Amino acid sequence: MVKIIACIKQALDVTELKVDSATRQVITVNAPRKISDFDKNALEEAVRLKEKLGGEVIVVTVSPEDATMTLREALAMGADKAYMVSDPSFEKSDTLVTSHILSEAIKKLGEIDLILCGEASVDSYSAQVGPRLAERLGVPQITYVRKLNLEGNIVTAERSLEDCYETVRAKTPALVTVTAEINEPRIPSLMAIMKATKKEIVAWKAGDLGILQEKVGEKGSAIQVTEVLAPKVERRKIVIKGETVEEIAEELAKALIKEGVVGR
Amino acid sequence: MKKVGEPKGVWVFSENKDLMLELLGKGSELANKLQTELAAVLLGQNVENQAGELIGYGADKVYVVDSHLFKDLRAEPYVSALASLAKQYEPEALLIGSTKRGKEVAARIATRLETGCVPDCTHLSIDENGRLLMGRMVYGGNAVATHFSRVKPQVATVPQRAFEKLGHRERKGEIVKVDAELENPRTEIVEVKEIEAAKVKIEEAKVVIAGGRGVEKKEDFTILEELAETVGGQVAYTRPLCEDRKWFTDWVGLSGHKIKPALYVGCGISGVIQHVAGIRESKVIVAINKDPEAPIFDVTDYVVVGDLYRIVPALSAALKKLLK
Repeated sequence: MVKIIACIKQALDVTELKVDSATRQVITVNAPRKISDFDKNALEEAVRLKEKLGGEVIVVTVSPEDATMTLREALAMGADKAYMVSDPSFEKSDTLVTSHILSEAIKKLGEIDLILCGEASVDSYSAQVGPRLAERLGVPQITYVRKLNLEGNIVTAERSLEDCYETVRAKTPALVTVTAEINEPRIPSLMAIMKATKKEIVAWKAGDLGILQEKVGEKGSAIQVTEVLAPKVERRKIVIKGETVEEIAEELAKALIKEGVVGR
Repeated sequence: MKKVGEPKGVWVFSENKDLMLELLGKGSELANKLQTELAAVLLGQNVENQAGELIGYGADKVYVVDSHLFKDLRAEPYVSALASLAKQYEPEALLIGSTKRGKEVAARIATRLETGCVPDCTHLSIDENGRLLMGRMVYGGNAVATHFSRVKPQVATVPQRAFEKLGHRERKGEIVKVDAELENPRTEIVEVKEIEAAKVKIEEAKVVIAGGRGVEKKEDFTILEELAETVGGQVAYTRPLCEDRKWFTDWVGLSGHKIKPALYVGCGISGVIQHVAGIRESKVIVAINKDPEAPIFDVTDYVVVGDLYRIVPALSAALKKLLK
């Protein structure tokens, strides 16, 4: 019987973000939220391990906003129970703070075998919270994992690094971050979605974890943001036209030679 | 938590030597601005002889920790060495190379020092208050966010080729050997499979011909390879070809290689924002796609609406003829 925690982030769906071209501001207010892609892989892997070994999968999220719908989806994917650590005071927390809140929540959940996270979140892509959580919990970390195996108290994982695939072993409890390669997250069946409505979502606020208000949000964070601006797009969008493929190819070839970007 | 105060040096560290030299290049500009020293941290076994080179590339000081524990690049000895040195000497800023290993080490050091860390910075400068401004892409490449840290050390990780190394000069510098208390690794390596390195690093290619989902079969990449060969370029891939179709191992995009070639040609690539984030700084962008509504056309200099299977070979032929 294993007890696995999958950490998930309710992230912005970055493919749906709009940019105000006059001010170069990114409009996030009404952008749809979703389970961050790689966190879905983490959850899927947790559920597969549970299906193989028996046990329990718990999802935990930390969010300034309500995340009930996101957690329902996680429960439909096969998690048994969810903890929503949500408090408006978490707004503008950096990874130092987020990892602190998450670690305090996990410490309350008793003995565990594995903690799974995505390699990074889709919206900020910092890849910080996983390793920071391992540091705070004092457990071994194995990042960028594409294959995972758990046997007794030994976790074996293949990491996808820049220059090699590295298989490593560690004793549980351990923290593993996974890449998209590791699995194809399931799409929950209608039955699973129905069942998920009966599963429990426990809501905690900062106070429930004994975390002081000045330790979270902007006040508690080391990193402050001064500005967020969309990059300038200054591309010419010249449409290459022609009667035939050969004409198009020739016109493009001439343009590229004129640019000085091909040839010697 | 210590507040930002008197500067006591800008530090750089990477286990990747090229990246370490690039960090020294940027670090020396930042240290000059802060009127403080630039130090490199050198961790390894029998590595003291490399300190001179780091000085030649701009380090005023090199802290050397020598131990067999650094051999396999496990996080724990690296984290403990860097964190204990930083506690002892209190640097103003710490720049760490954004390799996958570097990023996890940076995150843990920052946690141990109770400070922030801004990963993958492509913009670094000092503001009028002497703070390090750290810029990076966020929201899947939709925006660049600028940050600063209220806490010292100000930690940033820096990807390869974001900044240039300086020329090597004969300089004098100080080598400081330190005995740091090191933690033992808590993971054990079972097996390492090398990934075959490309002939030229994709970041160094002057021309990149990239293929996406529009390329139907792996074998069809021969037509992209022919074009690449014609112009002395390299072929690159999108993430779905690597992770969904498992044809290749590494891709161009926000989570992979970020490139800035003179010419980028996207073939059958729709142009999701994460891919665009990896090519945005190319000098000239060409896109070939059947779908006139493909988002990649919004960030393109030369728009070709058409079938890559016909256009790409014709382009190779036209270039061969014209470049003869």
